[in-house]
Amino acid sequence: MSPLMIVARREWNAYFSTPLAYVFLVVFLVLCGFATFELGGFYLRNQADLQSFFAYQPWLYLFLVPAIAMRIWAEERKSGSIELLLTLPLKLHSIVLAKFLAAWLFIALALALTFPLWITVNYLGEPDNGAILAAYLGSWLMAGAFLSIGCCLSAASKSQVIVFVLTVSVCFLFVLLGVPQLLNSLSGVLPQVIVDGIAQLSLLTHFDAISRGVLDLRDVLFYLFFIACWLAATGIVIEQKKAE
Amino acid sequence: MIQVENLSRQFGDFTAVDNLSFTIKPGEVLGFLGPNGAGKSTTMKMLTGFLRPSSGRVVVFGHDMWSNPLPAKKMIGYLPEGAPSYAEMSVHAFLDFIAAVRGLQGQEKKHAIAVAVEKSALNDVLFQTIDTLSKGYRRRVGIAQAILHDPSVLILDEPTDGLDPNQKHHVRELILNLAQDKLVIVSTHILEEVTAVCTRAMIIARGKLLVDETPAVLAARSETGKLDDIFRSITGGV
Repeated sequence: MSPLMIVARREWNAYFSTPLAYVFLVVFLVLCGFATFELGGFYLRNQADLQSFFAYQPWLYLFLVPAIAMRIWAEERKSGSIELLLTLPLKLHSIVLAKFLAAWLFIALALALTFPLWITVNYLGEPDNGAILAAYLGSWLMAGAFLSIGCCLSAASKSQVIVFVLTVSVCFLFVLLGVPQLLNSLSGVLPQVIVDGIAQLSLLTHFDAISRGVLDLRDVLFYLFFIACWLAATGIVIEQKKAE
Repeated sequence: MIQVENLSRQFGDFTAVDNLSFTIKPGEVLGFLGPNGAGKSTTMKMLTGFLRPSSGRVVVFGHDMWSNPLPAKKMIGYLPEGAPSYAEMSVHAFLDFIAAVRGLQGQEKKHAIAVAVEKSALNDVLFQTIDTLSKGYRRRVGIAQAILHDPSVLILDEPTDGLDPNQKHHVRELILNLAQDKLVIVSTHILEEVTAVCTRAMIIARGKLLVDETPAVLAARSETGKLDDIFRSITGGV
């Protein structure tokens, strides 16, 4: 097994050695159900798709992903185990990536556990399963984007509460950039090119098409690039902050 | 062999380690002495590649710690201050993780863990969560992970801090046993420890190297022959 996999496996096990993982999974699944059926009006829409499920994903991630991300580095810094980890013969970037991957796979598990929704919609009608799969993939990518922000901010403080609040705020900003009301009021002050540029930075804008089942390569690349940037920033923050 | 050349580290305006240079050879047990906040831990963090020096360099058996860290880190076993570990893991799972990261596999890994557990006397708590262990046991877990891969260099930051006299005695025995073929660096502010285990003593204060001699020579400096008196007279002014 590669060192990266060894670290990732330890991280993965760490989620399940405390109630955190189970609490997260239950809360996530309950909220997903609530969003789909109550807020999204799954039955009222009378359509064989999962749009009412995917439409609320960004807003669920906004609070739930930071809850997963906050411990990633803050806990290591608080307990001092970061000193142990960083003096092992490992490259910093493989540790950063391993920790991110473990959390990202954990979110994949949470998403996979929403499969009863998929069974329900297939039982009730004949949905486009390709579109649903694409939307799941898009949703996972978006979760990765939120998670990468959390990873970076988690390295910036020893306090998990501070990390949580900061991460929610920064994630909210990246969601907000795609809200039409904000963009409309901005286009009154700024040139359209800049407003379009701002909209392109939003995690919401790129999720819009994906949630309808249109998986555009550009959107996928955007998310991957977004994640890569925040993970690179994570490495820099750790270098700066580890001495404190 | 570890060569330390003009090692310095600043935190803002504060100089934690000020231009340290020394060489340590295999078979030596170096006691790193100094009052609290003298720069002992900062120096050890730079020796082990955790902190980047502001200037100067550390060379471990020919491998520069900053330009080529992985081979240098492979040669070192390190017990950081306070013996941090992953509290939610069992002792065995934790040692297994460290052994795997150190590149040990299969039988070799099993054997390495068994030896480290034996030497650190952890058999009784092997499958307990680290969280539930006493301070003394946690310290031993920290030492076990440091000696797992039978490193050429062992760096222990305050290995006996907070232990009761029996535990201290056990840790010192352990260090003496390990020291025969290794290069050991132990930081402490307990002077009896130096006479008990070290072949060489360094006193640093305010990041500066003040004394570098054998414990016997150091003791001969005072009429009373007490290390405590010498320590106070050397570091008292700073």
